Amino acid sequence: MNPLIPLFIAIPLAGAFLIMILGKFFMDMNRYFASMILLILLIFSIFSLATTGTDISVYKVGGWEPVNKIPIGIYMVMDGLTVIVLCIINVVGFMSVFYSISYIKRYTSENYFYALFCLMIAGMNGVVLSGDLFNIFVFLEISVIAAYALVAFGVEKNELEATFKYQVLGGLASFLILFGIGFIYWKAKTLNIADIREVFSNGYDKRYYVLVQVLILAGFGLKAAIIPFHAWLPDAHSSAPSPISAMLSGVLIKAVGIYVIIRLFFNMFDITEGTAILITSMGALSMVIGVFLAIGQWDIKRLLAYHSISQMGYVVLSTGIGMILISRGIRLEVAALAIAGGLFHLVNHAMFKGLLFLNAGAIEYKTGTRDLKEMGGLSGIMPWTSSTSFVASMSISGIPPFNGFFSKLIIIIAAILGRFYFLALLAVIVSIITLASFLKFQRYAFYNTKEKKKTEKNDVPFPMVFSMVMMSILCVLLSLLIFPGIRDAVLKPAVDILMDPSKYASQIIGI
Amino acid sequence: MTVYLLCFILFLVGFYGVITRRNLVKIAISLSIMEVSIFLFFALIGYIDGGVAPIVDPSDPARIYVDPLPQAMVLTAIVIGLATTAMLMAVIIRIYRKYGTFDIREIRNLRG
Repeated sequence: MNPLIPLFIAIPLAGAFLIMILGKFFMDMNRYFASMILLILLIFSIFSLATTGTDISVYKVGGWEPVNKIPIGIYMVMDGLTVIVLCIINVVGFMSVFYSISYIKRYTSENYFYALFCLMIAGMNGVVLSGDLFNIFVFLEISVIAAYALVAFGVEKNELEATFKYQVLGGLASFLILFGIGFIYWKAKTLNIADIREVFSNGYDKRYYVLVQVLILAGFGLKAAIIPFHAWLPDAHSSAPSPISAMLSGVLIKAVGIYVIIRLFFNMFDITEGTAILITSMGALSMVIGVFLAIGQWDIKRLLAYHSISQMGYVVLSTGIGMILISRGIRLEVAALAIAGGLFHLVNHAMFKGLLFLNAGAIEYKTGTRDLKEMGGLSGIMPWTSSTSFVASMSISGIPPFNGFFSKLIIIIAAILGRFYFLALLAVIVSIITLASFLKFQRYAFYNTKEKKKTEKNDVPFPMVFSMVMMSILCVLLSLLIFPGIRDAVLKPAVDILMDPSKYASQIIGI
Repeated sequence: MTVYLLCFILFLVGFYGVITRRNLVKIAISLSIMEVSIFLFFALIGYIDGGVAPIVDPSDPARIYVDPLPQAMVLTAIVIGLATTAMLMAVIIRIYRKYGTFDIREIRNLRG
């Protein structure tokens, strides 16, 4: 039993309101206050990661004990998968909010920014911790409403257009999810994820089940921007202020999209081969189409946003391969490897894509442009930005010894061992195109210069440099997860929860 | 079954509005229609024919009650829907101030 579970939601929620109140009196305090809140959450999440291990701890909201082993209250569940996602939320969140101390000074009404940021963190922590379907929906709406407002934070033409698109598509996604929840409640008469699995394990109407799965997959797929549903992502992620782009691309699409899809399709629904193949092909499509859309972009943040779609494709593809193998009941150790690779890539992507968006923000902060054609020769002027973005670019394109290489390697090995040779080939090709695209980014932004400009160093302020350097160190350190000892401690509990679908349900019902 | 079908038709009406209307305010209205159809669906799945309000009467154990949980969920969802609609309207007002139009065909800065 982990006593910290409710604090992950209570602290940022309370912080959001305190920032609004205190911001009236102390204008300069709120930015440090927000960093403090995120630092506390960061320490809590690391502590939880270190202590959770394989056991599942449940917090019953309001102390409603189960009656006849049927859960009646709202459950907050913390297990191996949860703590990994919690860690990336709070690590990237802390880095972004610390970076904002300097970056956000150019906007007005800073305290609104920090309050909305804390609300978004509270919502995402809630989604990840929740063990109850309707509660997931409520927290999801908290986080995405804050995200809508943060995307529009600049209130210029582009930001407003992007947030309108995001809101209409996000609204559609919420309705599909709500419809799905309604259908599940209609038949199961319960909202607890573990209990729903128990109820459906006694037999169900197959066509009804497929309808529910399609609704849920479409809804959360829209939130995660998997390829047929990706239209809002490049606009929203490129228009938001850079720390928010880092949060949206690095964390939000994972916490409210991919994480929920993985959790529900492994732990709530029975894994069937049809849905597994559907999810795998959606992942493969995102991987390929995302990278081809990215290659023609000249706006840095749009380029990075399209690469988010492509890299999320890797995660979905590899968990999908795991699902196919589990549904066929063959080569389970390969399935475990594929799922571990997907989760590893999820963590890595949060780090390097967050870092890349922070780099893009630093470039925009100094040069005032996002167009690659207008840049050049920045490596002499901004050494910190240049070197950290080199680390991130090499990570995302899968060059050893950075973390992206190892996760892509695991995914490709798992695809080959699972006899999905075509998918493995696609993953390699996409990785090469990603490398080409990021070499273009490096060359045009930092090196390509005709005239010898003044080369005096003029880098961004300390908080921005600190966040970028910390994230690049994490990018290198995370490659340690490849070693079996560390991998067993961090990734294995999460994989175990996903590999044995009934374990999650039976453990929670048993409490 | 007819009621559920009508509820689904209401959802489709809203969806049709979202994809065909060109006025931003009408898109917002269509989204609200879709939302209402889902609230209606939730209210319907909690309904039991002949049921009464779920205030348990110990003297009459055989009595049928309607399911109160969907009603609680609908109330929560209405509040959330209010927040999203208010947010959308605020953005539409800002868009009108910047672009001077509600027509979605003229709001096309972002491409690619």
